[in-house]
Amino acid sequence: MADLRCDIAGVKSPNPFWLASAPPTDKEYNVVRAFKAGWGGVVWKTLGEDPPIVNVTSRYGAMHYNGTRLAGFNNIELITDRPLEVNLREIKQVKRDWPDRAVVVSLMVPCEEENWRNILAHVEDTGADGVELNFGCPHGMSERGMGSAVGQVPEYIEMVTRWCKQYTRMPVFVKLTPNVTNILAPARAAQAGGADAVSLINTINSIASVDLDAMAPTPTVHGKGAHGGYCGPAVKPIALCMVAEIARDPQCNGIPISGIGGISTWRDAAEFIALGAGSVQVCTAAMHKGFKIVDDMIDGLGNWMDGKGYADLDAFRSAAVSNYVNWGELDINHEIVASIDQDACIKCGLCHIACEDTSHQAIRAARTNGDRRYEVIDAECVGCNLCMHVCPVEGCITMVEVDNGKPYMTWGEDPRNPANMKAAE
Amino acid sequence: MAGGPQIAAGRLTGRQYEENFDDIKPPLDRRRALIEASRCYFCYDAPCIEACPTGIDIPSFIRKISTDNVRGAALDILNPNIFGGMCARVCPTEELCEEACVRNTQEEKPVHIGALQRYATDNFFETGEQPFTRAPATGKRVAAVGAGPAGLSCAHRCATLGHDVTVFDARDKAGGLNEYGIAAYKTPHNFAQTEVDFIMGIGGITIETGKKLGRDIALADLRSDYDAVFLGLGHTAVRELSIDGEVMSGVHAAVDYIAELRQAADLAALPVGRRIVVIGGGNTAIDIAVQTKRLGAEDVTLVYRRGPREMGATWHEQEIAQTNGVKIKHWAMPRRILGNGSVEAVECEYTQLDASGRLSGTGDTFSLAADQVFKAIGQMFVPDALNGSAQEVLEIANDRIVVNDDRQTSLPDVFAGGDCIAGTDLTVQAVEDGKVAAIAIDRLLRS
Ligand SMILES: Cc1cc2nc3c(=O)[nH]c(=O)nc-3n(C[C@H](O)[C@H](O)[C@H](O)COP(=O)(O)OP(=O)(O)OC[C@H]3O[C@@H](n4cnc5c(N)ncnc54)[C@H](O)[C@@H]3O)c2cc1C
Ligand SMILES: Cc1cc2nc3c(=O)[nH]c(=O)nc-3n(C[C@H](O)[C@H](O)[C@H](O)COP(=O)(O)O)c2cc1C
Ligand code: SF4
Repeated sequence: MADLRCDIAGVKSPNPFWLASAPPTDKEYNVVRAFKAGWGGVVWKTLGEDPPIVNVTSRYGAMHYNGTRLAGFNNIELITDRPLEVNLREIKQVKRDWPDRAVVVSLMVPCEEENWRNILAHVEDTGADGVELNFGCPHGMSERGMGSAVGQVPEYIEMVTRWCKQYTRMPVFVKLTPNVTNILAPARAAQAGGADAVSLINTINSIASVDLDAMAPTPTVHGKGAHGGYCGPAVKPIALCMVAEIARDPQCNGIPISGIGGISTWRDAAEFIALGAGSVQVCTAAMHKGFKIVDDMIDGLGNWMDGKGYADLDAFRSAAVSNYVNWGELDINHEIVASIDQDACIKCGLCHIACEDTSHQAIRAARTNGDRRYEVIDAECVGCNLCMHVCPVEGCITMVEVDNGKPYMTWGEDPRNPANMKAAE
Repeated sequence: MAGGPQIAAGRLTGRQYEENFDDIKPPLDRRRALIEASRCYFCYDAPCIEACPTGIDIPSFIRKISTDNVRGAALDILNPNIFGGMCARVCPTEELCEEACVRNTQEEKPVHIGALQRYATDNFFETGEQPFTRAPATGKRVAAVGAGPAGLSCAHRCATLGHDVTVFDARDKAGGLNEYGIAAYKTPHNFAQTEVDFIMGIGGITIETGKKLGRDIALADLRSDYDAVFLGLGHTAVRELSIDGEVMSGVHAAVDYIAELRQAADLAALPVGRRIVVIGGGNTAIDIAVQTKRLGAEDVTLVYRRGPREMGATWHEQEIAQTNGVKIKHWAMPRRILGNGSVEAVECEYTQLDASGRLSGTGDTFSLAADQVFKAIGQMFVPDALNGSAQEVLEIANDRIVVNDDRQTSLPDVFAGGDCIAGTDLTVQAVEDGKVAAIAIDRLLRS
């Protein structure tokens, strides 16, 4: 089977599947169970200074969609609520017992040089493989000037990263918040500060839902709710985009990326790796189904790589990055039309009504002797893919390429572009 | 052989009776309902809607279930079908809405529409709300004869539209076969009466029970006393076997025995034979077979003259019979009933199709020992009750009252629907007939 060994910023693990800094990595007990299940590494639940923080109860909100539990997940928990010394002792023990696994320690302390220098010394003593600076947590800690309050100010990121690089020999991962308008600013700041890698995304500001009886956001704490951090399958597209932005940015200069956000399967992981991720981190999927999911992640990724002839992760890492372009570089002459496999069609009519009501009136609803038939009107189809996406039968509607004989042409080169019209005048 | 028929009451324990006659399909709880509702694709031009005789907007009510809008779901059902609660229990969905579900094509497993319909209506009824109001009174009066699904559906719609309705029924209770015919385990806990009460809750409907058309009332009088008349008489007679021994103690019309069972205050007091032979292949035959089995009969054999595919009972009903231990004997017909005043056996002859596809006996016979024989080869409409004065000639064809699309008979102010007109003999069809007739009556009365 393919070699799944992973090396990111000098941190090695037998596979790229790490548990993200979160409840699954809060204690030795959980982490040992995770390692037994096969996880390649963990980022320990974020440590802070003593006295430990205190959490509220009622902590998680969820977005269940159409029968799917936890399509999105939301929390208002803070960092670890256990004494620093207990965590450090357990980390040391775990690293000693599991030398082949990656153990990275997540940290969050007030934005003062002294505080960072202090805690780094303690962590170094555990033998951990690296640290991850939590500049991402968007709730609670940010109100105390930490987490995303730092992550949203590139100058702070650069400054703290520099301190850490100065006071430790361990690789420094900087965990980024997605609650910014452009992810490149914080990523470039981390790079400038000397970070060995970035981890992203942390959670997105969110209100999971509103309890319409209590008239309060959920999770509701004694009649009130605070915004939380959103994660789970629903955020994956956002995370993929941010990862890709950094992967292709010349200024980020190929900084290693630990990809996070909605990863539930080996396929999700492969997508992140194809867009440039070194390792991947998982939280919600493990909290939803337990540690055993890593079994299929390892197995599935390996089988897929074997099928593709990829010997190791580097064989396909970043393979999709160069194909991630700006809209202006797309081929305006590319043409596809929808095609319905009439034998597979179950006559639900969803393709018709979607196109008829909201798009291009390109699917005809016909009835002959009472039998329904849905047919694409090729001339009206703009190739938007909507029907294919709404069709509940996998593979029933496909988008077929039309060979129109036209060359690859970008909008910039298109004579219909007003800029080109002017030039022609 | 032990002498005398073995017919006895109290074959089971109290608990067994309770279990055997409780809901055959337990209701869905909210969790299950949400899971099932999520399977609906919300089809455009949904085939299930077309397959429902009352045209319930099924995707719409299922979507409402999935958003916990149970009231909205229930009203989507009850507006087109006031008997939506009973239909959820008794409709042969496997050949109606669920047969049309697109999921059959995809995975041979339709959305369980009937169960979801029951979930919506049950939960709504539990609130006790009366959602229907009446249009301003028109001062018009409508008479409905027969308080079955057809008659009550017509009455309810007429009442909604502002007309006052009197419903006459020969029986002691309203409900028609919902009360006297449907298998007990399909509608336990007195649901039929709960539903009648709900329907009556709109106001403007009076029911007069114990009033039989042709005996206590005449069509001519109804036509002169009321602005319009609806006939929802159902079937009024049972088809006979026309074989020797048919009139003998222990030989019953299945529908009579079922009516007795449905009305029994104590099932343990209802005598049932040890060995039962049922003649027929429709749903009534299945119902009597399964119910006698569940009353404690030891051997129940259903004799049908053709094969499983030709049976009137749906495959689902046949399966219920088989899982209840009923033996189905295909390709055989009764020749005579043997006994000495009371039944001892049924002599049957094997049947076959000849080259031209006609059914005939093979000449080979066999005999089935029986303590009771139930006839379930069909019910029919006998127009005796309509005998009135000479000019009131209601057109009848093939033993049914003739109607047009509006369910209007040959007499312009007389409408009819349900089992007494041509079409499928199902509760849901009767409800639709009553509704369509009421809308036509309204049009007539306002013109
Ligand atoms: C045993 C059995 C089981 C069945 N199971 C199912 C099932 O599971 N699902 C299903 O969809 N359908 C089933 N059916 C069919 C269904 O019950 C009928 O199609 C439906 O009840 C017809 O409704 P209706 O209003 O036309 O007639 P009915 O329900 O028969 O009501 C007619 C009413 O008219 C009254 N009446 C008759 N003559 C007179 C008169 N002269 N004067 C006054 N009143 C009169 C009767 O007392 C009765 O109350 C079953 C039928 C039987 C017999
Ligand atoms: C195909 C598509 C095209 C869109 N185009 C626009 C647009 O041109 N301008 C705009 O303001 N929003 C646009 N939107 C965003 C929507 O207005 C809306 O903000 C977004 O879809 C989120 O809402 P929803 O997911 O609840 O539908 C578009 C969304 C879709 C799906
Ligand atoms: S998962 Fe449930 S039982 Fe466990 S701590 Fe949370 S609320 Fe309590």
